[in-house]
Amino acid sequence: MIHSLFLINASGDIFLEKHWKSVVSRSVCDYFFEAQERASEPENVPPVIPTPHHYLISVLRHRIYFVAVIQSEVPPLFVIEFLHRVVDTFQDYFGVCTEAAIKDNVVVVYELLEEMLDNGFPLATESNILKELIKPPTILRTMVNTITGSTNVGEQLPTGQLSVVPWRRTGVKYTNNEAYFDVVEEIDAIIDKSGSTITAEIQGVIDACVKLTGMPDLTLSFMNPRLLDDVSFHPCVRFKRWEAERILSFIPPDGNFRLLSYHVSSQNLVAIPVYVKHNITFREGSSQGRFDLTLGPKQTMGKAVEAVLVSSQLPRGVLNANLNASQGTYTFDPVTKMLTWDVGKINPQKLPSLKGSMNLQAGASKPDENPTINIQLKIQQMAISGLKVNRLDMYGEKYKPFKGIKYMTKAGKFQVRT
Amino acid sequence: NSGTKIHGNRCDGGIKCLKQASNATTTFLCSAAQPLSPPSSVLRNEDLKEMLESNKESLKLEAMKRVVGLIAKGKNASELFPAVVKNVASKNIELKKLVYVYLVRYAEEQQDLALLSISTFQRALKEPNQFIRASALRVLSSIRVPIIVPIMMLAIKEAAADMSPYVRKTSAHAIQKLYSLDPDQKEQLIEVIEKLLKDKSTLVAGSVVVAFEEVCPDRIDLIHKNYRKLCNLLVDVEEWGQVVIISMLTRYARTQFTSPWKEGASFEENNEKAFYASDSEEKSERTEAEAYVMDPDHRLLLRNTKPLLQSRNTAVVMSVAQLYWHLAPRHEVNLVTKSLVRLLRSHREVQYIVLQNIATMSIQRKGMFEPYMKSFYVRSTDATHIKTLKLEILTNLANEANISTILREFQTYVKSQDKAFAAATIQAIGRCATNISEVTDTCLNGLVLLLSNRDETVVAESVVVIKKLLQTQPTQHSEIIKHMAKLFDNITVSMARASILWLMGEYCDRVPKIAPDVLRKMAKSFTAEEDIVKLQTVNLAAKLYLTNSKQTKLLTQYILNLGKYDQSYDIRDRTRFIRQLIVPNEKSGALNKYARRILLAPKPAPVLESAFKDRDRYQLGTLSHSLNSKASGYQELSDWPAVAPDQSVRNVEVVEPVQEWAPSVGKTKKLKSDDKFYSDNEEEKAEEESESSEGSSSSSSSSSGGGKMVADVYSRASFQVTAPSFGPVKTYELLHHMTGKGLSAKYHFPRQPCLHQPGMVAVQVTLSNGSDRSLEEIHVGDRSPASLNIHCFNTIERLEPEASVTVSMGIDFSDSTQAANFQLCTKEDGFSVSIQPAVGELLMPSSLSEQDFSREQGEKKILQAPLVQLQAKCALLLCVFNIRR
Repeated sequence: MIHSLFLINASGDIFLEKHWKSVVSRSVCDYFFEAQERASEPENVPPVIPTPHHYLISVLRHRIYFVAVIQSEVPPLFVIEFLHRVVDTFQDYFGVCTEAAIKDNVVVVYELLEEMLDNGFPLATESNILKELIKPPTILRTMVNTITGSTNVGEQLPTGQLSVVPWRRTGVKYTNNEAYFDVVEEIDAIIDKSGSTITAEIQGVIDACVKLTGMPDLTLSFMNPRLLDDVSFHPCVRFKRWEAERILSFIPPDGNFRLLSYHVSSQNLVAIPVYVKHNITFREGSSQGRFDLTLGPKQTMGKAVEAVLVSSQLPRGVLNANLNASQGTYTFDPVTKMLTWDVGKINPQKLPSLKGSMNLQAGASKPDENPTINIQLKIQQMAISGLKVNRLDMYGEKYKPFKGIKYMTKAGKFQVRT
Repeated sequence: NSGTKIHGNRCDGGIKCLKQASNATTTFLCSAAQPLSPPSSVLRNEDLKEMLESNKESLKLEAMKRVVGLIAKGKNASELFPAVVKNVASKNIELKKLVYVYLVRYAEEQQDLALLSISTFQRALKEPNQFIRASALRVLSSIRVPIIVPIMMLAIKEAAADMSPYVRKTSAHAIQKLYSLDPDQKEQLIEVIEKLLKDKSTLVAGSVVVAFEEVCPDRIDLIHKNYRKLCNLLVDVEEWGQVVIISMLTRYARTQFTSPWKEGASFEENNEKAFYASDSEEKSERTEAEAYVMDPDHRLLLRNTKPLLQSRNTAVVMSVAQLYWHLAPRHEVNLVTKSLVRLLRSHREVQYIVLQNIATMSIQRKGMFEPYMKSFYVRSTDATHIKTLKLEILTNLANEANISTILREFQTYVKSQDKAFAAATIQAIGRCATNISEVTDTCLNGLVLLLSNRDETVVAESVVVIKKLLQTQPTQHSEIIKHMAKLFDNITVSMARASILWLMGEYCDRVPKIAPDVLRKMAKSFTAEEDIVKLQTVNLAAKLYLTNSKQTKLLTQYILNLGKYDQSYDIRDRTRFIRQLIVPNEKSGALNKYARRILLAPKPAPVLESAFKDRDRYQLGTLSHSLNSKASGYQELSDWPAVAPDQSVRNVEVVEPVQEWAPSVGKTKKLKSDDKFYSDNEEEKAEEESESSEGSSSSSSSSSGGGKMVADVYSRASFQVTAPSFGPVKTYELLHHMTGKGLSAKYHFPRQPCLHQPGMVAVQVTLSNGSDRSLEEIHVGDRSPASLNIHCFNTIERLEPEASVTVSMGIDFSDSTQAANFQLCTKEDGFSVSIQPAVGELLMPSSLSEQDFSREQGEKKILQAPLVQLQAKCALLLCVFNIRR
């Protein structure tokens, strides 16, 4: 299936290679570089590239291309999903997935890749299993290892591999038993020029951090499960129970994991938390443009809108922008033409605004498209769909765990067309 | 201590290098970098060799880590082979692992030396630790040295019969490795595959199917006997295995079952007159149920894959979607829509593949994705390939009802800064205009407006699309043609210029004054034009010569002369051909008379169609589909057979369970099956088997349900809870039909882990209606003591006379033999009943080999375990000693 893997950084250097079958020369990456040259942006490199003898399937994350070499028919999503899993694992192990982190931990990376695939077919991708096989590097452990000569590599088959709950390691012990759940919802929306909503939908996830001793069996129920239209589960969730009772029943993995991602049914109207008043104009014949942007809270259910970040790709003809922000700071990158305005919290009494003028290239004609405005924001303690967790119960263990649930709403792909 | 030594070594090396480098620079005056690198790497290698041969474990490990670093960077470290291979038998597991990495990488290059390590692996294959056995097999089979093929073969065969499913899984992987090393072993390997396919472990299933697909994908006969097992295991297989099993089963099903779509087709044939009405699939489906009966195995596959649409793994979701697309009756395919749309929220690369598949699907079945149209709206932050795919899908989805919305959306896209995308949008508008006649004029007007756009690519694309549209609309469009003629001077994109010239020629009778003028201009600039423009100029000249020779004769002569001496042979060729065709002379034959009819023949309008039109010839979700060309190793999806092959081939020898419930109970069966774990079908099967009480059942897998937890409590002792019960099952009476006013109930203990809660004991209750009227709302009522924890069965809505139904419930006896009292209620009455368990029924069956037992006994785990277990209020454990002699 997966023959080899090459890691390529932003400047086009292959800084790591791993082969699971016979060695494939790194010259195969030349086809990738060709495609990279043809693409205007790094994101535009096609994920599947055919070459005379191989196929290259790549993903781009953290400005690193993970290029898998395939020799014969395989579902491309299989490879893509696996590569993303590799990135997630690296992030899990090293905190970040950067070229430096990978180079520093090259041995662990190699050990991981060795365990994750056998003959190109995924062998162990569960984080709980991998961590039993290869312990994540920490400063303390490295020190202890150098002194005692012990290793990071497990000698036993991880219990998860054979058990029917492969996602959970056995023998988990904590002094403080805690289970935290974050309900995070993202609003994807396109707002048109006049401020009306073209499309808006809510996608949510429940991320969990469970540190419980033993083999706890949890159930989580919602006040209004009907809101959830389409769901996908972590393998630990018992599907039948959900089908019948709309209750999430599961033996959780140890540590952090994504329990559930969901889509809120489209019948419900989506509350749009902010509105944008904008006036971006370029006059014909003049080398000046006007930029005027005001933000205000719309449907926030009384909660504060925080961490607002506005970004916009201005037309190519814009040379410079002289703006005045009533709050926060703005930056304009004259190379990428990216305008970013870090607003912070929106104060309903004093609405934040960004006003001023833009300088256009002399002699250039008026750009015919107005820029799109992307907005990021956060609202704490609220799930915009109104989803509420009813209760969380634990069976199978005697102690009383500490339980916590946090709600948050974010803007996902929130765009305002001007 | 060791740390400083390494440091010292490194310093030494560094100093030496520096010295050499300085020598080099002074004597040869070259750049410092070039002479520096070769000696430094040589030195490094010597250092490493020294470290590897030292006595200190830590030094060796440090050296190995650096060697692996070299391999990772793609540097050649093969020189170190002899030094590294010595450490293969090291006690240090990490060192050993790193040596393995090295061996696998270089064994092919240093075959003789690699043989030195083989005996170590052979020894390791006999280790009691299953992990070591598996790792040894992994490495042994990865060493690509032809000489050891027989050893590998032997090891694979042994491992395939190993006790540990993990080792068996590894052997399945090894099969593929050996096959790629020596394809001659195929026959023997197929035997091993056949054996492993019978394996009941979920761990093995995925890997062996991969081996099957690689080694003998055409041996579909090997699947028959395992088909139902694979279907039932599917939900419990690890996610990667699910993907390969599903795609293999898709292929299998297309060879074994008849088409669920057939009836629709024949319906249409029978009713030729109703042809117009039967256009939509919904209508044709009404009659479908009459003749077509789906094979239960076909249904089994569809039913068991459906829950996987909720998987977090996008590849699994996609593979289920393609399975439904290729196998499900038409109206069921819509099930997958929501899940596919959900995947669009995932990473960019996932979006790309999913959108490609949706594009193919949406051509055939607009209805599937129409409600989700807005999910395909383009965002300015999307990557270009995502944008074009979304555009493609929106175009496919366009119909009379939504076209205005789509066109409004397209208007925004045309203004996009991404000009390639704007051009693609114009193409899309053109396609909408040809497909939906209502909007053709609107689109055309919109496109004409775009002609005054500032951007050249937009204008050019508009011209090309307008040209195509005008061809499909042979009405009076001379205004637009005139307008384009005016623009002609400003357009520089050759494709657009060529298109205008073609239009002029084709409709020269509509613009009799302008066309010759355009030709005049072209004659002036002919030499500077692109080839495609030149060809069209010659074309225009020829057409004008035929229709208006008075004005254009000289111009045409001039252009033909220019063309005659053009650099491109294409143009010289065309010129010669045209001249012979239009200019009458003594040599030209009969063709000359027909010149007008040849050149000015009415031409069929071009069809604007999707690039994804023929993609459905490839199985969805495959690499071939993604590339739109056959990838190596692609397995065709066969057409449905006209007549279904023998169904009985899938029957397994195990005595089929007696159906205890009446045939009319299809509905109640469904009711009963909810509130279970993922693998309800497996459960059902297991239940059936235990009911058949002959003890012949041996196939049910132990990996299900609540037993999981119990097994895990013991996983240190590596106990396996065995599900099947040997020996007769005793059935007890719960309620006699006399006392129960017709309702009678019997119960037995299936001796299986309870599905509902680990602490509960599973009880199966068979309810029968002995009266002559139907009983309604059978459910469990009050219980005593009130604290009694019972997992009730779902209320049975209706039980017909003479019908019976088996339901399962869980009772927590609190590890005592005290009776559980509760009420069994119907709509009108309630009857007190009681279940008293025998001690043995509170225990959980488990099998152990003799050695394991004595080992466990030595560690006193077994004897203590039940006590711990009792305290923990969990289900109990019964040790069935399986003494094999």
